[in-house]
Amino acid sequence: MAGNSPFASLFGRSPFKPMQEHMRTVNTCAIEVIKLFEALCDCDQEKLKATQQKIFDLEHEADTIKNQLRAHLPKSLFMPVDRRDLLEVLDLQDTIADTAQDIAGLLVERKMTIPDDMREPLLSMVRRCVDACNMACKIIERLDELVETGFRGPESESVLGMVEELNKIESDTDQMGLELKRKLFAHEDDMNPVSVVFWHELINMVGELADYAEKVGNRLRLLVAR
Amino acid sequence: MEIIQEHGMIFLIIAVIFGLYMTWGIGANDVANVMGTSVGSGAITVTTAIIIAAIFEFLGAVVAGGNVTQTIRKGIIDPVPLEGAPEILVLGMLASLLAAAVWLMIASMRGWPVSTTHAIVGAVVGFAIAGIGLEAVNWPKISQIVASWVVSPVLGGIFSFALMMSIRHLILNTPNPFAAAKRWGPVYVFLVGFVITLVSLFKGLKHLDIELSIQMSFLVAAIMGAAVGLIGWALIRRVKVDEEADKEFHYASVEKVFVPMMLFTACGMAFAHGSNDVANGVGPMAAVVGLVQSGGEVSQSSALPLWILLVGGFGIVVGLATYGYKVMRTIGSKITELTPTRGFCATMAAAMTVVLASRTGMPVSTTHIAVGGVIGVGMARGIGALDLRVIGGIIMSWITTLPVAGALSALFYFILRTIFIG
Repeated sequence: MAGNSPFASLFGRSPFKPMQEHMRTVNTCAIEVIKLFEALCDCDQEKLKATQQKIFDLEHEADTIKNQLRAHLPKSLFMPVDRRDLLEVLDLQDTIADTAQDIAGLLVERKMTIPDDMREPLLSMVRRCVDACNMACKIIERLDELVETGFRGPESESVLGMVEELNKIESDTDQMGLELKRKLFAHEDDMNPVSVVFWHELINMVGELADYAEKVGNRLRLLVAR
Repeated sequence: MEIIQEHGMIFLIIAVIFGLYMTWGIGANDVANVMGTSVGSGAITVTTAIIIAAIFEFLGAVVAGGNVTQTIRKGIIDPVPLEGAPEILVLGMLASLLAAAVWLMIASMRGWPVSTTHAIVGAVVGFAIAGIGLEAVNWPKISQIVASWVVSPVLGGIFSFALMMSIRHLILNTPNPFAAAKRWGPVYVFLVGFVITLVSLFKGLKHLDIELSIQMSFLVAAIMGAAVGLIGWALIRRVKVDEEADKEFHYASVEKVFVPMMLFTACGMAFAHGSNDVANGVGPMAAVVGLVQSGGEVSQSSALPLWILLVGGFGIVVGLATYGYKVMRTIGSKITELTPTRGFCATMAAAMTVVLASRTGMPVSTTHIAVGGVIGVGMARGIGALDLRVIGGIIMSWITTLPVAGALSALFYFILRTIFIG
């Protein structure tokens, strides 16, 4: 009796918890990319394979969360944010995991050797890109507080400050990417040309981790400013 | 006339039985909806909700339930064509009560968001049209009532929107929300006590032989508000910052301040519901009792006997104790998305709106107003996700309830007439 009172059916499933769960999974996935490159530098094939597997699993997990969230977001749902904006943030979050997966796939499928002088700058760049993902994750974790305060006041100011910081981290990674490419092109003559092309590609992919993290932050800015 | 004299006692007994059945149903289903926001936000337990409901539903019915009862009893049907045939009104009111109660039973088993108020108004109108004729219905009054059904949930929404905005402005979006919550909390509690007392007092206690001047009403309401605010202050003072919880969610401690505050809105809501919805069960009963006791005088102006309100309050409490707690538990477990600040705004707004409507004698739907209150908070960007399909369901329930309750009532009327008049 009264299984669906007007109250019980009035409350839809809030999308914010799953959004945060998705971002956490995506972020864990991005963090694994550091291990991937560490394994590459140590020429540890086993660790490389294991890490790749972990990234694929996490990406799959994120996909499941994403699809469930989409399925429970009917148009009749009234939310404090625009439904399309929210779905766009979700897609951007998901692209981070996709990128991590692409990087893992490439590193395992094609044997890549790394010039010695590129190791350290490469690892720093990867770490910085993952910093960007961490920052994006921290921002998404603040969605609870944003809903509580109605996306206004000191709380939203502080989140916008975090988005600024995320933008700075992303500029760092751009710089680091350029440096790294400069080093790569210096090896142009003593490296297999195909490897050069792939390394160029790989550096771009790592940079994309930060690019998408930044886009998550910038999209969230739109949610706040509705 | 003879029929009433002959069967007077039987009519009285049937009226009380049907009235109890109806109020039992209200206690079993409706009250759970009313307390849903308080239980769902985790502010009070189901047991506390039952105790609060038992006390304040009863108080609301007895203290402020008179006006709506009079509307149901005398406002809907024009008594003039019934001079000399009071038995028609007696049988009609009995039929209306039974029809509304049966329809509510069916609807709540199906889980439809049906309003007790709409059911009883539909039933009385249905009997009037079938048993007497279209001209017997007081159409201007009916259009006022129907208008109040649209206006009241909107008003509840506007109130809760304003409350949510004020809480944001005064508490949540300040540098130190926890301190602000402790400072302003008692003021909000004062407002709950003040508004509800004032509205109930405002020339509303005639049936209790208490008449207060406007200034006296304000004074008593202010004293009442201050007393309630003081209790609130004492309870709020004990709330401590929970640093662990705040790490997880920055506003966890602020929300905790609103937990004791919801105790007061829950009381207010139960009071409001008692003042409005008890009349649904008690109004027709009062009409029958009045007719039998006056020996069939249709245009009697006798005051509402207090014992009738007591019977209504009793029925609700029994409904709560026998079944209502189960429904309350189900609903409470389904709306955990509502946090104490949100629950507070929605419930306070709904309680104020319902008491206001009761004051003007308008039989409104408490549940629909409470839904309006929640939507108001949502409009203030306060709730994660609201499924607005419920509004469609509510409108559908209007479209079905009025004719179905009316038709049922007409049917029961003809059956009763065959039994008693032949």
